[in-house]
Amino acid sequence: MTSGPDGPVARVELRGERDIAAARLAVTRAMNGMGARTLIRVRFVTAVSEIVRNAIMHGKGGELTVHVSADAREIRVCCIDSGPGIEDIDRALQDGFSTARSLGKGLGGARRLVDRFDIASAPGAGTRIEMTSRL
Amino acid sequence: MTAVHDAASVYMVENVLLIAIRDNITDTDIIGLQEELSERIVVEGARGIVIDIAALEIVDTFVGRILAQLSAIGHLLGAETYTVGMQPAVAMTLVELGMDFSGSRTALSLSHALRALKAKGLA
Amino acid sequence: MTSSTIAEVLSIIEEEYDETLAAWFRTQRQEGVRRPDLFSNAEAENQLGQLLRAFVDGARRADLDRPINLEDEAWTLLRDTLREVTKNRLERGVSPTEMTTMVLALKHPLYTRLRKRLAGDPDRLVEEITQLSRAMDAFAMQINEDFLAERDQIIERQRQEMMELSTPVVQLWERVLTIPLIGTLDSARAQEVMENLLNSIVEHRAEVVIVDITGVRVVDTQVAQHLLRTAAAVRLMGAEAIISGISPKIAQTMVELGVDVGEVTTRPSIRAALRDAFVKVGFEIRRTDDSRA
Repeated sequence: MTSGPDGPVARVELRGERDIAAARLAVTRAMNGMGARTLIRVRFVTAVSEIVRNAIMHGKGGELTVHVSADAREIRVCCIDSGPGIEDIDRALQDGFSTARSLGKGLGGARRLVDRFDIASAPGAGTRIEMTSRL
Repeated sequence: MTAVHDAASVYMVENVLLIAIRDNITDTDIIGLQEELSERIVVEGARGIVIDIAALEIVDTFVGRILAQLSAIGHLLGAETYTVGMQPAVAMTLVELGMDFSGSRTALSLSHALRALKAKGLA
Repeated sequence: MTSSTIAEVLSIIEEEYDETLAAWFRTQRQEGVRRPDLFSNAEAENQLGQLLRAFVDGARRADLDRPINLEDEAWTLLRDTLREVTKNRLERGVSPTEMTTMVLALKHPLYTRLRKRLAGDPDRLVEEITQLSRAMDAFAMQINEDFLAERDQIIERQRQEMMELSTPVVQLWERVLTIPLIGTLDSARAQEVMENLLNSIVEHRAEVVIVDITGVRVVDTQVAQHLLRTAAAVRLMGAEAIISGISPKIAQTMVELGVDVGEVTTRPSIRAALRDAFVKVGFEIRRTDDSRA
């Protein structure tokens, strides 16, 4: 698997629920290629599963890109959706909060499972989440 | 006895409903499984349910919630549910996600679960 | 597929193979990177010979008009040979600088011979030297990468060993494990402990785990949380955790801090915990000789 320094090693369109598995597989493959330990991989892919599900279920779909750092020690994903956006990000990151039935626990949990978690969202402007973990 | 889905194998053995969930299960599948199981518990008169998740490498909050719901549903229908085969990495991740499955029982393996169910006279 | 631009280099190696090899050897000794303490003459000669032959093999296949990329198919033999030799040398204690210097020492005998052969053709001389330089640079970079990759693997192996040594899981009885925690318990260590413990539960099919904290110096909210999280993970897998070594002082601290252990069993000593554990796995301890009561 080759990765240009800035280009993604994988790009997954997020339209339907089957794409959740596709996203998990893409990240799993990338991390296996980097020789990641099981626990780190499971944590990161679980976080990916959370944010991708959100993007599909509440974000009206979008795209996930997977990036591997030049030294192959860091994995980063970027998930963009074109949904209604999150009005109160801080509240959304707290466990248990939900604007729709299943938003609870997902984002806050995902944040705990990765090294870096950046989220940008505004009502009407969709949501963009970037997560990075070091191997 | 019968495996109905692609996503899970379901068997009925001595009053105990055994479900082995496969790794590629989708959201729709797992909700369908929940519905089907609810029916089968009543139809078969199952007093015990064992859900084997050994094949699941990733269990996120959605799947975790459904698994917890299965236990609750089983309980309401008079059956006791055991979840078995959880992988260590999955266990650690679920704890960090804040899911503790406090309503459900877990066991190390199918045989452990069956032993526990037998001890309670449910198998 | 052309090798015309280092045709002279290749013919030097082929026609004066033994001399080139010997000169390479000599240069290494002069530069102090021969390491006779780590490698016998025979071993070193063998390695150098393999590298030289692999170099020729690659140079004949590769397109030398393009920048040399050792990841190309053409250089497979050299890449593999280089990796093997690097790994071998690293294992015996050679530093990356020594390794690189050793390989680059090949330049000197080749330059010397090139100058002699192409004395009357300066343009070609410059071209051959340039190409040879590019090739040697590519080797040096490959060596460094291999060294780093190898070192990462060693570090990872050592990390695993340290993890297992510092948090030993002991099987006290059938289906009963114990893990004595000693010292401080920060996030990183707590995670290692948990991972080690859970894997052991699978390996030994343990039903009860006694986590003994007698040796843990400070039990604050953080430590308590780590312990409770560990107990939760153990329970998720279908086993049970008993936390032992709760001294009166720790008990008071935990209550003052408002720590709620929920359903987790806690005991003051390993002995008390063990008694519980035996009951849970179906054993009973009886005294065999009443007269010693």
